[in-house]
Amino acid sequence: MSARAEYLGMPLEISPLDVENRDYFGFCARREFRLQKCLECALVRYPPAPSCPWCASSSAEWVPVEGRGAVFSYTAVHHPIQAAFKPHLPYLVLLVELDSQRGAPTPQDALRVVGNLANPDGTLAAPELVAVVGIGTRVRMVFAEVSAEIALPQWTIDAADG
Amino acid sequence: MVEMDAETPRHLRDRYAIAGVGETAYVRGSGRTTRAMAGEAVRKAIADAGMSPAEVDGMLSYQSNDSVLSTMVSADLGMRLNFYMDVLGGGSSIEALVGIASGVIEAGLCRSVVIFRSMNGYSEVRIGGSGARPAPITGDALHSAPYGWMSPGQRFAFSFTRHMHDHGTTSEQVAMVRVIHSEHASNNPKAIMKKRVTVNDVLSSRMICTPLHLLDCCLETDNATAILVTSVERARDCRHLPVLVRGVVGRVSKPRLDMHYQHGPITLAAGAYGKDRLWANAGLGPEEVDVTGAYDAFTFTTLMQLEAYGFCKPGEGGEYVSDGTMRLGGRRPNNTSGGQLCEGYTHGINLVIENVRQLRHDADDSCPIGPDGRRVHSYDYREGGCRQVRGAEISMNMGWAGPQTGSAMVLRRG
Repeated sequence: MSARAEYLGMPLEISPLDVENRDYFGFCARREFRLQKCLECALVRYPPAPSCPWCASSSAEWVPVEGRGAVFSYTAVHHPIQAAFKPHLPYLVLLVELDSQRGAPTPQDALRVVGNLANPDGTLAAPELVAVVGIGTRVRMVFAEVSAEIALPQWTIDAADG
Repeated sequence: MVEMDAETPRHLRDRYAIAGVGETAYVRGSGRTTRAMAGEAVRKAIADAGMSPAEVDGMLSYQSNDSVLSTMVSADLGMRLNFYMDVLGGGSSIEALVGIASGVIEAGLCRSVVIFRSMNGYSEVRIGGSGARPAPITGDALHSAPYGWMSPGQRFAFSFTRHMHDHGTTSEQVAMVRVIHSEHASNNPKAIMKKRVTVNDVLSSRMICTPLHLLDCCLETDNATAILVTSVERARDCRHLPVLVRGVVGRVSKPRLDMHYQHGPITLAAGAYGKDRLWANAGLGPEEVDVTGAYDAFTFTTLMQLEAYGFCKPGEGGEYVSDGTMRLGGRRPNNTSGGQLCEGYTHGINLVIENVRQLRHDADDSCPIGPDGRRVHSYDYREGGCRQVRGAEISMNMGWAGPQTGSAMVLRRG
């Protein structure tokens, strides 16, 4: 059976055939950030996929990955395309480069994870907070609750890094 | 090492030609179907070549589940086809389809191919729109749409923001793309936006998603466009001087098409992977190009492609687009019709049509038409005047699907 849920009024749906996304968002629902690690070449990949983008092996296991990194790039959205975001303008979409596996397998590669700038409870950050984030800002992962089966990884400013 | 041998025939260099071009008006509110518009554009492209629809036996089109198929358009024009195909795609399609058209004619599947794109991009299906009642977000989109990361501007912005950070590119420099294209559009009676704008106009227009202001974005447009590809032998019997295809790269891509930001540099467009193939096949280099058509879905896409194909070094695009090179009268004008920022957004065929007319020395500006039916160009580029590039011999089109995928084509006056 499909996992169906609603987030900010947007319908989300994970097909029972889509085992990669079912597992990924399922771990998130348990407040765990896990990615697939290739059993052949030992590289971790994002986003979830049925085979390894480097060696094409389809064998993988889900491993815990530390949700910490720095903003690699971003956009502040002022004009909403989706009605769901109208109450949250401007909102920030971040491309976060994880500390884990940075520069592997080549110096140009890294795990770069998308998410919004959020508060520690996973709700979207207020515009004042959006204005203080830029390339290089340290962030840590938090989760936006969606349902028992789905949570969305989000990013909040990493206060521990000062 | 790039082989720049201009003499030895390589692949299909100079063996296929664009013999006809056609377009409908660029409007916001066409009042008719994509089928009706496609029929007009295709009919005009075939007539422009001096051919009849019955003589054309191949058809290609591209779309995003928003348009009519070849089946209906060919029937409306009384054509019996020996080859047709409708493909999915947007901005990286037309150059790639010229490559496919040349290949299928070479392989003997048909003799001529008309390629069209028809879209009610304003009045029916708006790019990046989510509709009034969005469908459930599922599959790969679960990693983008729930974050409000969906429209082309939002999706491309990571590359633009990082370009400014890494290379010091400024919004003022990028705005010059719009400024220059607006100057060109002021000399194009067909353009939707004919008014010349300033850098300040761009920077003071409302923010859409950083670093893109409203005037950094192209125009939602209702329009259909078509071009006709045939062998150079057939093209020599057509109405106009043939425009020869020197070389094509089609949908050349960066690694990790599943999520290309995993592999950098994210400031470099896919053309960087295609340029050596393109220039070698064309037997020439960027220095020899007289006029460019760098896809301007946004101001920044023009800049990134010119860097990727080697018109300037990576990181120097801000200077290239703002130093006057791209202006009519400059060393290498870009998007002389005003492009998709000002003439209208039609997924790139209009940029090819413009270059074909430039190479025919017959840009459809306001210059008077002489006794031979061709315009007598003044080369006075002031507002409302000429937009013909003097002595244009070589053009290049650069098509953009995103930072991750692009196509390009070099054309030569035959």
